[in-house]
Amino acid sequence: MPRFLTLIRIDENNAPEGGPSPELQERMGELLAEMTKAGVMLDNAGLTPTSQGTRVTWSGGKLSSTDGPFTETKEVVGGYLLIQAKDKAEALEWTHRFLRVHEEHWTVTTEVREIAENC
Amino acid sequence: MTGAGTADAVETVFRIESARIIAGVTRIVRDVGIAEELAQDALVAALEQWPESGVPDRPGAWLMATAKHRAVDLVRRKETYARKLAEVGRALEDVPPPEPSDAEDIDDDLLRLVFTACHPVLPAPARIALTLRLLGGLTTPEIARAFLVAEPTVAQRVVRAKRTLAEARVPFEVPYGTERSARLSSVLEVIYLVFNEGYTATAGDDLVRPALCEDALRLVRVLANLMPDEPEVHGLAALLEFQASRIPARTGPAGEPVLLADQNRAKWNRILIRRGVDALHRGGHGPYSLQAAIAAHHALALRYEDTDWAAIATLYDRLLAQSPSPVVELNRAVAVSMAEGPAAALKLVDALAVDPALKGYHLLPSVRGDLLERLGRVPEAREEFERAAALARNARERELLLARAARSG
Repeated sequence: MPRFLTLIRIDENNAPEGGPSPELQERMGELLAEMTKAGVMLDNAGLTPTSQGTRVTWSGGKLSSTDGPFTETKEVVGGYLLIQAKDKAEALEWTHRFLRVHEEHWTVTTEVREIAENC
Repeated sequence: MTGAGTADAVETVFRIESARIIAGVTRIVRDVGIAEELAQDALVAALEQWPESGVPDRPGAWLMATAKHRAVDLVRRKETYARKLAEVGRALEDVPPPEPSDAEDIDDDLLRLVFTACHPVLPAPARIALTLRLLGGLTTPEIARAFLVAEPTVAQRVVRAKRTLAEARVPFEVPYGTERSARLSSVLEVIYLVFNEGYTATAGDDLVRPALCEDALRLVRVLANLMPDEPEVHGLAALLEFQASRIPARTGPAGEPVLLADQNRAKWNRILIRRGVDALHRGGHGPYSLQAAIAAHHALALRYEDTDWAAIATLYDRLLAQSPSPVVELNRAVAVSMAEGPAAALKLVDALAVDPALKGYHLLPSVRGDLLERLGRVPEAREEFERAAALARNARERELLLARAARSG
């Protein structure tokens, strides 16, 4: 079964005040438990804000780094799901379920990418 | 959403949910065959209704509720029928009443389904086929392809297995007490066999059929979550995570097998290794946990030369004390050859050569050839590799053995 990385993108400048509600956290906990029980979830995590992140670039044979926040980027990676599913359709279905537990005032964009094996 | 899009969505949801639906419905109708049909009916209903009404917010719950309604209807009809029979003076049929159920019971139902599909009243191939069908969500052609048997054979196995369960009135339950450990070992064995068939195919052209390994891995992960207090379940989970972590490195570009010593360890999947270590911590001291501990030594050695063979040989001693087997003795001999040298191991292997259980087992002459080669007894080594090649049923293994024979020419 292929592995998929779902990158969870959020707009840091327009994220809901106070972060996720207790209800969202509870629903999310239930969903993640269900995914784990179904043998689908390999790993998942939320990332700390980009203000604590650093971009390190290799270009023209030189290292350079920029500290966050990366306010010029509308959407930044705020977390990820690493799942193992029969196919992309199944990976997408779990991603839909992940998105549906959020309240309406959230805007979350996910990117579902299959992990290239044997490379 | 378009009709075709909805159909895809229905099938995807169904695949994710089917085991739970079958499990939930079996509790009502007490027959896995009928439960599977009712689950299929719910799928058909979804295919008819969802394109009109849209995919519901909780599609899994919709499918479950639909299937359960039909199950309750069916049982009621049977009860009415039975009552009418009784009224005309015939024996009352023994139909259990539907029971109330809620979402929290789903895990228990799933576990009951695992134990039912792996019931010892069924022969091992039937247990495997039924488990893959009901819990792995595999179709008959998929199972047939995976085990290189004809589709009708698999279909017959599944039909006969369902009938046997119904006729034997196998209770839909998780046994307790002493029966539990006996039944659990059947469950674990099925998962182990499915994994091994994928890991080193006993016959055919491909060395590895990773899809089967993945199915087994998924089943054992589900089981570990359903039975968190059973150490051997975690032991088996750990073993399979470690073994699976090596799959990308076990074959070369042309599909040829790559021996452990030659594998590119950078290709080993570190996430699976980490999951294996976590599961091993929750494991116990049973045979699967011991095998997992051995696999952990390999998985955690950064280079082949770093392998702690003495520790592995000791673990094999403990495994042998628990579950004696000539195959385990052969593996122990390999560990001894690395810890103490090939001469010490050759004595052990020679003693095994008379064991009738290993007659026809290609890895015995293969190991013996390896030891002879290391001792410089090249012509004898070549003979052993040739003998091993003649016994190997997997084409890839045979090629590797013939290549080794040619090299010791």
